[in-house]
Amino acid sequence: MQALAELKEQIRQALPDLDVVIGWQQGYDALHTSPLFIRSEEDIDKLVVNEFCVVNPATYLREMRGGKKVGLVLKGCDSRSVIQLLQEKLLKEEDLTIFGFGCNGVLNHTKLQARFGDIGFITSLENDGTNVTVEAGDKKETVPFTELCADKCLTCSYPNTLQCSHFAGEESAKQADSATDKALEDFEKLTMEERFTFWQDQMRRCIRCYACRNACPMCVCKDHCLANSREPKWLSEDVDVQNNFMFQLIHVMHLTGRCVECGECERACPMDIPIMLLRRKMAGIVRDVFAYNAGTNAEETPPLMCFKVEEPTIEERH
Amino acid sequence: MACKFISHEDTNQWLEALAKDHVVFIPVDDGGSVTFRPYGEGRKPVLDRMPVRSPKEAVFPQNETLLTYKYDKDPEDPERTSVRIKETLPKERAVVFGARPCGTRGMTVFDSVFVNDRIRDPYYATRRENTLYVTLACHEVESTCFCHEVGSGPADTAGSDVLLTPVQGGYTAEAVTERGEKMLEASFFADGGDKCAEAEAVKKATREMLGEAHDFSNAPEALLAVFDDDEFWDDQAAACLSCGACTYLCPTCYCFNITDESTGTTGKRLRSWDTCMSFQYTLEGSGHNPRTTKGKRLKNRVNHKFAYFPDTYDQHLACCGCGRCIKSCPASIDIRSIVKAAQARSAQKESK
Repeated sequence: MQALAELKEQIRQALPDLDVVIGWQQGYDALHTSPLFIRSEEDIDKLVVNEFCVVNPATYLREMRGGKKVGLVLKGCDSRSVIQLLQEKLLKEEDLTIFGFGCNGVLNHTKLQARFGDIGFITSLENDGTNVTVEAGDKKETVPFTELCADKCLTCSYPNTLQCSHFAGEESAKQADSATDKALEDFEKLTMEERFTFWQDQMRRCIRCYACRNACPMCVCKDHCLANSREPKWLSEDVDVQNNFMFQLIHVMHLTGRCVECGECERACPMDIPIMLLRRKMAGIVRDVFAYNAGTNAEETPPLMCFKVEEPTIEERH
Repeated sequence: MACKFISHEDTNQWLEALAKDHVVFIPVDDGGSVTFRPYGEGRKPVLDRMPVRSPKEAVFPQNETLLTYKYDKDPEDPERTSVRIKETLPKERAVVFGARPCGTRGMTVFDSVFVNDRIRDPYYATRRENTLYVTLACHEVESTCFCHEVGSGPADTAGSDVLLTPVQGGYTAEAVTERGEKMLEASFFADGGDKCAEAEAVKKATREMLGEAHDFSNAPEALLAVFDDDEFWDDQAAACLSCGACTYLCPTCYCFNITDESTGTTGKRLRSWDTCMSFQYTLEGSGHNPRTTKGKRLKNRVNHKFAYFPDTYDQHLACCGCGRCIKSCPASIDIRSIVKAAQARSAQKESK
């Protein structure tokens, strides 16, 4: 991989001026990577870039505020969260060094699991970019990449890291397979009653582990989240439909005009609750109302961070 | 142990019969993930995947109501209020069907803590006494399985009342406890015959699939030797997102919190799962927390299982090797590699 070699070289050169560079390393099996925190030369060789680099390294930025010089290896989708945070003035550009590359999409473990039994039964996986060949037990099957990749990759218009300081390898020419999210489209064909029943059933499954919140790069409140606040107490410790729903809706509302749809919340959910449906819906509304796509232009002011007497995209009747 | 046989068809009949006077928790496909839910309403057991949630919740639910209360105002003197309290002990009898040996073994960790010479937790004890575990031995292993490294195995009977082993056409059934023996008196069970040898072969083959076991026997000393090594723990915890997935899904994590949840003048005192991954864990009323960083919190999770528990209770590790914490971790943190790293680090320190 040309890009990987280049990335390593770029990191090697930049590392003396940085406290840490966050990327990915091989995980406990062939199907997993885990975040890598590069602090020394020998850490650089552990870096991997592949279709399992799912974690958004920008999520760790909230722990690194306070003048630390941080390098990040970011996919296109990940880089949008950094831009949005810069727009919100929660980060300083001079503290960041972004290492970019062209991404051809990541695989989704939940889809792999649904197709091949448990994820831990998969013994080998090969991806040529178009097709994925998976071996699990005595089963061997070749499946189109688009059936196993993350939903966000199907609608991705930013396969190349945005606003990066260094770019390695060739740009990805990957095109979005569709402009709209199929899961959301299908969902919206349901009646309101059916949708409500669907969410009630999904919220029953939530265990309130807060993986969705903690994996979200935009959830910057850290230990001051109202879900944990005891005084005042907004949410009961009761893990029931009502309280889970309340938490999930608070989460979505707080991401209005901020969510960059990186999909980390849904990926992190151990119960595989499709909470991206809510995020995509909200982001779609923001696009419709404010013609704003979160985290794509650092010069732009997010719509909910300013007040305009006349919104150019909203037609008001006087 | 006498070995009996039950066919697939009869297994469903048996569940049906058990469900008449028990809540029978079976693993079901619940929106794509396998969780334990009460038998009935057309639910079919899913037995070829390990449940995401652990079998502990049948005895130690995420929320347990300890008591309910109601405040009454004195109509003569509204300044004065009295409170009425009602204790709520769980009553239902339950069966947990189809948990894996690792998950069920987790109950033995609970048993040591909640029912011992000094303490008998009435909520836990009542549910435990009223719950039967019919466990299913494994015939496949996953990349996250390591029961064989923590003193267990794919056909472990610890914590179970009955152990089923998958064979051609059904399961062999062995009673582990007297209660289990009683269960196997049901008419659905036939003599095991040559199925028993087949079951033994399945058990042996599964154990072989797991391969050689890493030796964790010096883990308690090794972990304590690096107790003050903040750099080590910060390093191990760097990728941790501080969510509660690992602890909530763990079959042996038993930490809890108690809160009063009020609505107006009525309310309930609730015992809920706590998680040492949270900044609120051991947060004191003063605002001080002895565990100030996520490194220190991760240390608690690992050490509790591999050092504190074995030191406090008869040398058993409080990890059952099911791998849920690894598999469900959004950052793919691997508890096995943390303990191994501690073993290596302490050996290195010693040799200096």
